[in-house]
Amino acid sequence: MLEVRNLRKEFGDFVAVDDVTFSLPQRGSLAIVGESGSGKTTTARMIAGLETASGGHILVEGEERGPGHKRQRQRQRLRSGERRARGRQIQMVFQDPYSSLDRRQRVGAAVAEAVALHQRLPADRLRARVAELLDMVGLDDRQAAALPKALSGGQRQRAAIARALAAEPQILILDEAVAALDVSIQAQILRLLADIRARTGTALLFITHDLGAVRHISDDMLVMQAGKIVEHGPVATVLADPQHPYTRRLIASVPKPGWIPRRRMDPAAAARLP
Amino acid sequence: MSATPPLLRIDGLGIDLPLDGEPRPIVHRADVVIPEGAAVALVGESGSGKSLTARAVLGLLPAGARLHGDVAFAGESVAGMAPERLRRFRAGEVAMVFQDPRAHINPARSVGDFLIEGLTLTRGVRAADAVRKVTGILREVGIADAERRMRQRPHELSGGLLQRVMIAAALAAEPRLLLADEPTTALDVTTQEEVMAIIAEAREARGLALLFITHDLELAAAVCDRIVVMYAGSTVEELPAGHLRERAAHPYTRALLSSRPSVFEAGADLRSIPGRPLSGFEVPDGCAFSDRCPRVRDRCRSERPAPSAAGDSTAACHFPYTAPAEEAGCHA
Repeated sequence: MLEVRNLRKEFGDFVAVDDVTFSLPQRGSLAIVGESGSGKTTTARMIAGLETASGGHILVEGEERGPGHKRQRQRQRLRSGERRARGRQIQMVFQDPYSSLDRRQRVGAAVAEAVALHQRLPADRLRARVAELLDMVGLDDRQAAALPKALSGGQRQRAAIARALAAEPQILILDEAVAALDVSIQAQILRLLADIRARTGTALLFITHDLGAVRHISDDMLVMQAGKIVEHGPVATVLADPQHPYTRRLIASVPKPGWIPRRRMDPAAAARLP
Repeated sequence: MSATPPLLRIDGLGIDLPLDGEPRPIVHRADVVIPEGAAVALVGESGSGKSLTARAVLGLLPAGARLHGDVAFAGESVAGMAPERLRRFRAGEVAMVFQDPRAHINPARSVGDFLIEGLTLTRGVRAADAVRKVTGILREVGIADAERRMRQRPHELSGGLLQRVMIAAALAAEPRLLLADEPTTALDVTTQEEVMAIIAEAREARGLALLFITHDLELAAAVCDRIVVMYAGSTVEELPAGHLRERAAHPYTRALLSSRPSVFEAGADLRSIPGRPLSGFEVPDGCAFSDRCPRVRDRCRSERPAPSAAGDSTAACHFPYTAPAEEAGCHA
């Protein structure tokens, strides 16, 4: 359903994303794993339309999701109708549930606004749809009537997910969406996302540095390093039998019983760091 | 009482902070003992009071804070230290490394100035000797081109390198106790491993004790001798790190372990804890974890459990687990 071909992003002389190609099937779940500077977030932002690509193609159901490259960028800005149509294809949930909601808008109203943007519904059906979405993410009436600041981080992230689902997107991009949450809350949100995928068929593109979360939520994974894909395959295969040295290094860095932290960086590499 | 007191003893520590003009308990009861040279982890989620407890060790609490219980360093009460003694204590006997190094270094001055300042100002070391000393420590923490780094300003260094600089600054003071508050949480996993290895080597070389504050139980168990788990302002369990996976007695400790998705066990079931972590001031009359606990009974809601020792561990629970845990998370 989503096809990314030879995607590239340059910031001046710096190549942030270099020749990235992958596809995400309908109802699929793909993780892009990498550390800071790997290009994983830039890749996600290009797919969501928040950054323009320097080259390559992004296709959703076979249609180019321009303005992906220069010729199309010269066209006029997207009209609001087109923008809404794109919103029904792809929605994104960000890392920080504290800054991604309007602090003066009640959570129920934020979800209602997102539903109304995509569907013309009479008031009673709009209310029912909002209640359905809030129920799906596990927020009750009291929380729906609250301002974001009255909610915990996990509840805010639930609100952000409900708002993203209002558009009934085919693809939900989650950019480090559980990284800022407490451990016991991360598990709740991961279970919620798995449940949403099973119930609605929304495909998930999970951007993360957390290999444990990947094991739980994704079927396939890409490992990115310095803008390039270095490994790509089913999650269980990659984690059990990593081929690329960098993937091995990532897995070896995860604490587990018997793990002893080691310095692996040679001094010459350390000297090249900024 | 034994003849030599432990390096650090936090005994029934309670901290009240003014909230809306009224003192509210943020930490109810924290108990931590660190023998000389040992590494102890203080593990908890947000609101558990772990960072505030660490700050109490340094006597660094917000204005208006009220303290109960005691923090004693080598038998000497920190609260009872006169200002001059407290200053020497903070400058030379304990050192702290924080989560965000950028917030704790002067961005306008060079890394070198930051590193030698403590030595020249509070210990009267000559500048040239201080430079020689910190250059050596920088090499030790894996910064090969120390001279160049010392001329740079903090913004020119990556987060991982800057955290090494902070560790070097802490080591330069030759402390007996290092307080590390989530020192690797903002770093990439591969950098986290480097930084934890550097801390472990420095401890080994100096016999340095460590209080490691973290939310990550697996990391805590890998680098520390003993684990103290805090929840909503109270110590709920204290146990040897090697016992964590199989012999944790408190339901919160076990729940926290099984709510972390494992990288290594395929098909492991992710068991989430319902509800959210509470802050100290929100705690009901009974056990703070009672609302989220799978083993809750009536008594838990009315009577707060006191810490009770069993073997080599202590747990504050009316109905602790006594049977070993199934190898956590490996059953589908």
